[in-house]
Amino acid sequence: MKKALYERPVIQRLNVGLMNKYGTKTEFEPVREIDGNSVASLTGQFGSPLFVISEKTIRNTYRDANRAFKTRYPKVQFAWSYKTNYISAVCNVFHQEGSWAEVVSGFEYAKALHNGIPGSKIIFNGPDKTKEELELAIKNDSFIHLDNLDEFYLLREVSAGLSKKPKVAIRVNMDTGIYPMWDRFGFNYENGEAMDVVNKIILNSNMDLVGLHCHIGTFMLAPSAYSVAAAKLSELALSIKKKHNKTIQYLDLGGGFASRNTLKGSYLQGADASPTFDMFAEAISSSLFNAGFSEGDLPLLVLETGRALIDEAGYLLGSVISNKRLSDGRRATIMDFGVNILFTSFWYNHKISPAQPFGQYSEDTVLYGPLCMNIDVVREQISLPPLKKGDQVVVHTVGAYNMTQWMQFIAMRPAVVMIDLNNKVHLVRKREGLETIEGQEVLPGYLKNCER
Amino acid sequence: MEIKKNIALSDTGFVFDPSTGNSFSTNPIGLEIIQYMRQGLSDGKIQELILNRYEVDKNTVEKDMEDFMTMLSKLKLTGSYEKD
Repeated sequence: MKKALYERPVIQRLNVGLMNKYGTKTEFEPVREIDGNSVASLTGQFGSPLFVISEKTIRNTYRDANRAFKTRYPKVQFAWSYKTNYISAVCNVFHQEGSWAEVVSGFEYAKALHNGIPGSKIIFNGPDKTKEELELAIKNDSFIHLDNLDEFYLLREVSAGLSKKPKVAIRVNMDTGIYPMWDRFGFNYENGEAMDVVNKIILNSNMDLVGLHCHIGTFMLAPSAYSVAAAKLSELALSIKKKHNKTIQYLDLGGGFASRNTLKGSYLQGADASPTFDMFAEAISSSLFNAGFSEGDLPLLVLETGRALIDEAGYLLGSVISNKRLSDGRRATIMDFGVNILFTSFWYNHKISPAQPFGQYSEDTVLYGPLCMNIDVVREQISLPPLKKGDQVVVHTVGAYNMTQWMQFIAMRPAVVMIDLNNKVHLVRKREGLETIEGQEVLPGYLKNCER
Repeated sequence: MEIKKNIALSDTGFVFDPSTGNSFSTNPIGLEIIQYMRQGLSDGKIQELILNRYEVDKNTVEKDMEDFMTMLSKLKLTGSYEKD
């Protein structure tokens, strides 16, 4: 006779107190598959933990964002933010959909070229650009976004002897009514610094000022801040037109749109708190239309949205290593993934679903990672059914930043697979091994073959 | 370990301790174990019954039973606490 499904015995005291309007149970159904592939077969083939990317979700999300903006404003261009996820397969899906590349370092610039993106469709952001990188960007006709005056002087020097004019934009920071105000990138709008730099570029350099850029914050929950930013950039563009008779070709509103993740300390779940693409599009396009551009001078709207486009397409599959009881009676579960590869667990309460059938009972659990570090906490408190060693879970909405900010610390980074539109699985980044580390190390000869 | 004789159990896993007024919730396997304890079965016998009935290995049952007993004790549902 077939034996019954086992679940760890649990008991907890029922407390009388204020009702929790959201209830205690977070999961009602196991997530047993992703885009037609079972969690067990994915981890069986590629190991656990494992990052899984859904191509279908990327394309659907991109098309939703694209529709939201293009149905409101005539000239829109997305540029894929490489730092958010620069796995080449991911970048190329965005490029196929029509995205340019937005890069913030020489490494990312090289990666974009390697992915086949023409230099003229690369936006080069960031404060750290070397002389050689600037020369290459000029040669390739890329858009160079100036972050500081030192960079301006360096670019002026580099471009002085060239016949080709570098295409530049300036990064502008401003008060958009949000706190904290991001003023570390670029030149300030309110104190006139941005206009001063514009004057220098137009009157005293070999550069062609083609755009204005801003990046007002991250995980922005207020579309109104973008409305202010679009209005101020437009005002600057119109002032430039009036003063220098120079038409600004594009306004780059940067990134920062919130994804559907839940920030720690947030009262509402991310899916309820985060604005939709339509809300951001309405705020930005209304500001641009109301700014006073003549019809022929309407600038191209560039968007460097990263997080909101890729977060939901990413999953992390993991397994339970062990369960233990803490000294105060709380349950703790140790997973085979921690903050080393799920960096975003520092600021999100990630949704985590069991990948196998479970009963009705759930208990509060602390989820720890496998690192020998006290800070390795994936969730301080989560209500989950009793999990046993070997059980698997699916962590949702992990596509942004984890595959670029992950750490190689005491363990190797896991493989990344992408599931295509026909539900076929492709390995897009191999699991690291000892050779990944050893290949970079050089052991001095006198330390080899030591007697032990 | 003995479970308190006077606790009330429902079929759905609701546990009530009249001596303290506290109520608890347990899952089906927890309920089954408490019922075996009320029948006076030993820990070894309970483990054997669980092993025969469920798809689980011996080590897991032993570990989980120890944890469950610890929780019963912490929640003052066992006989030893009643004597205190």
